[in-house]
Amino acid sequence: MHEPLIFEKSRRGRRAYAQAPAERAECTIPAEFLRDEPPMLPEASELQVVRHFTRLSQQNFSIDTHFYPLGSCTMKYNPRACNLLAMLPGFASRHPLGPDRYGQGFLACMHELQEMLKAVTGMKAVSLTPMAGAQGELTGVAMIRAYHVARGEPHRLEVIVPDAAHGTNPATATMCGCVVRELPTGSDGDIDLDALRRAVGPNTAGIMLTNPSTLGVFERNITEVAAIVHAAGGLLYYDGANLNAILGKVRPGDMEFDVIHMNLHKTFSTPHGGGGPGSGAVGVGIRLMPFLPIPIVGKREGKGDPEYFWLSEEHMPQSIGRLSGFMGNAGVLLRAYVYMRMLGRDGMRRVAEFATLNANYLMARLEQAGFELAYPGRRASHEFIVTLKRQAKSLNLTAMDVAKALLDHGFHAPTTYFPLLVPECLLIEPTETETREMMDRFADAMIAIVREAETDIRRLKGAPYTMPVRRLDDVKAARNLDLAWKP
Amino acid sequence: MLVAIGVPDVESLFDEIPKELLIKDLDGIPDALGEMEISRLMRARAAEDSGPSCFIGAGAYEHHIPAVVWDIATRGEFYSAYTPYQAEASQGTLQTIYEYQSMIASLTGLDASNASLYDGASALAEAALMAVRANRGTKSRRILLAAGVNGTYRKVAAAIAGSQGLTFDRLPLHTGTGTSDFSSLRDGSDAPVAVVIQQPGFFGTLESIHEITDLAHSQGALVIAVVNPTSLAILEAPGCWGEQGADIACGEGQPLGVPLSSGGPYFGFMACKNALIRQMPGRIVGRTTDLDGNPGFTLTLQAREQHIRRSKATSNICTNQGLMVTAATIYLSLLGQEGLARVASTSCRRTEELVEMLCAIDGVDHLFGGPHFHECGLRLDRPAGPVLDALAARGILGGIDLSGTNPELGNALLVCATETKTKADLEAYRDALRDIMS
Repeated sequence: MHEPLIFEKSRRGRRAYAQAPAERAECTIPAEFLRDEPPMLPEASELQVVRHFTRLSQQNFSIDTHFYPLGSCTMKYNPRACNLLAMLPGFASRHPLGPDRYGQGFLACMHELQEMLKAVTGMKAVSLTPMAGAQGELTGVAMIRAYHVARGEPHRLEVIVPDAAHGTNPATATMCGCVVRELPTGSDGDIDLDALRRAVGPNTAGIMLTNPSTLGVFERNITEVAAIVHAAGGLLYYDGANLNAILGKVRPGDMEFDVIHMNLHKTFSTPHGGGGPGSGAVGVGIRLMPFLPIPIVGKREGKGDPEYFWLSEEHMPQSIGRLSGFMGNAGVLLRAYVYMRMLGRDGMRRVAEFATLNANYLMARLEQAGFELAYPGRRASHEFIVTLKRQAKSLNLTAMDVAKALLDHGFHAPTTYFPLLVPECLLIEPTETETREMMDRFADAMIAIVREAETDIRRLKGAPYTMPVRRLDDVKAARNLDLAWKP
Repeated sequence: MLVAIGVPDVESLFDEIPKELLIKDLDGIPDALGEMEISRLMRARAAEDSGPSCFIGAGAYEHHIPAVVWDIATRGEFYSAYTPYQAEASQGTLQTIYEYQSMIASLTGLDASNASLYDGASALAEAALMAVRANRGTKSRRILLAAGVNGTYRKVAAAIAGSQGLTFDRLPLHTGTGTSDFSSLRDGSDAPVAVVIQQPGFFGTLESIHEITDLAHSQGALVIAVVNPTSLAILEAPGCWGEQGADIACGEGQPLGVPLSSGGPYFGFMACKNALIRQMPGRIVGRTTDLDGNPGFTLTLQAREQHIRRSKATSNICTNQGLMVTAATIYLSLLGQEGLARVASTSCRRTEELVEMLCAIDGVDHLFGGPHFHECGLRLDRPAGPVLDALAARGILGGIDLSGTNPELGNALLVCATETKTKADLEAYRDALRDIMS
């Protein structure tokens, strides 16, 4: 299974002839600006390159090949049409600085996408420019800060973050020059309201919440939470990581959130691509509208067809500014647009219903099989947490062991060791696009793994056995850094 | 399934949500379209945007993209995988990133690369923050930008890093050469924490990289290089600038096999010297061994990252631009060092030819003297905006009007021609412009 590095296949002078100009052009750039040594790039034939990367692709688990219940990541099917249509030559070859007259088709899609995202979240305005969830977070917190500064309260720098939050929340607050105040979670998975009342004050900028939370449950006291934070002069930030669970059922705007980012690569099914590109579009309520990042697509209604154009600095003088060289991950946004049009009004609601049904079904099956739930008695949202703390004690079977053993059963592992406050946890999100049969097979595999641990824990500790590599030495990787090939 | 769960209907699964918050219907969302209907709509809209011949660069460049690149990158195994958290089931993505890191390190002449950032502009913001963390010799948070640094990059860096107290000043533009007047850097009174040099500069001109790098280092500043990856096939690698080399290199990866696509998704690349690796943001892949002693790849140095360090992380970035990195790695493997050098030199030559043709027209002249890469400023005898509109009406996107960003340059236009342009394309531009200018 071992695939040599592309550099190891390289032979001097070998090339993919059809892919570059027939010769090197004469260059008038003086020698002082030129490099002496050429860069070390592989020299290979086109077929070698095709084989190499095809073989590498075959060493991946992916949604298209495997059940991928990675909690909090919403690994649902990415319809192929979304990719095909976003890559149409008219879209793919359009220069970002091309005039609006050669972009009306693209801009129309973007404007309609803005409108649909407003409708589905209950927010008043949307900017599509953030290029990932974490950049959406940065946008949101920067807008909250700009809002307080504009109101003469620049001292409001405390951002309240529940202890179960994604690491990006506190990291974002720091990047925005804010201070993090961590909030404990109650034993039932809801926010501790008394702790929240003690946490808010005259320095509160706002609170960052994921709802349903990273614990896989809906925050039942959301109305009280909103009232407490708003009464203290703070704003509410909605981390849209789990928007899939409530699509078409509840809207963050109706829960009184002031700003929201959406992970279009989760809820709206744009590809995860081995780690991006994502897209972290933001939506805001009335308070934050002037601060939205630019550019945004505007629309002029006239006699004939409407005309679409970019809103920029001159239209939005209070904007927090620009976050990308151009307008963000346009091609990702086109894929999300196609997905949303294919889902339509009723389809959106079905997303939340089937995602929730699947999660609760798989949760019920695992609970009946003896797995311990982190929050028993609660409904699962679109994901839920199993804790292996009992098996870790009695069998020395850890979440890591189960994750690796699942690979041998042909399943990608759930998210492990997150959220940090649940010991030995697996965060499981089946998504709405899986069948009952697939979830049954997964539950059977989980049961089989525990049985195996009861009889032969040593063998299990060595899993996986069927992957291209066995368990990797992470300590060695960090200690003897090898980050680039050298001849 | 409902029986197994123990509820009468799907609605019951939402019974923990306060009733008054539940909505009945989604106003504002149209009815569903089938694949056939949405395909018809999208094809019509893509056709609306098709056709013009593009001579715009300014940070995003049209290059030939081999068919292999996106055919392989959109294989489901790459396209629909996620961040390689389970290394054993993600060796394809991990090895691809390791090969990518190796190529970026070699192109930039530096020791280590990360697995990408969002785009060139945001990469500069991250590089500036990294420089502040790394340069412990100074308390300054002032970043000094060479005159040729893309104006939008400056805006983006200020929007992202400004709230941590970083300020971004710019060296004056030498209007004769289109490069930086860096005499103020010599006096050393207000030494910046880092100096950013873009090579080639926004106007396509070439800075005296060796001299500025040495000067910046002598003032205790780090040097951040913003570079075009195509140009690095022939231009000096940042790691070889001056006596010690630039400390950090970053830039826009789009020219490496990524379609223009209205501005994204692209990817930002970043590389640095060994000493700075632990201050680098983003994912990093390392080569190690498995239980049997065989080589394998895994995410490493994760103690820098948000999911471990939370509020003390080097950045909040997690998901980056993985699929674009896969495409770029395939692109660079196909082109190789010779192919990329041909793309770079041919693009440089095409722009020279275009500029020569256009400057033969009355009322058109060079904006700056001195050498250029594949982009060049032109001075017109009238405002550029209406000229560009007239060109666009003839199906030619003739470049960027510089009057908005650089009013001090007068009636100026920035043009770019890459290897994709033929002699006939250049002549069509010349003929249209001559007609408009006469």
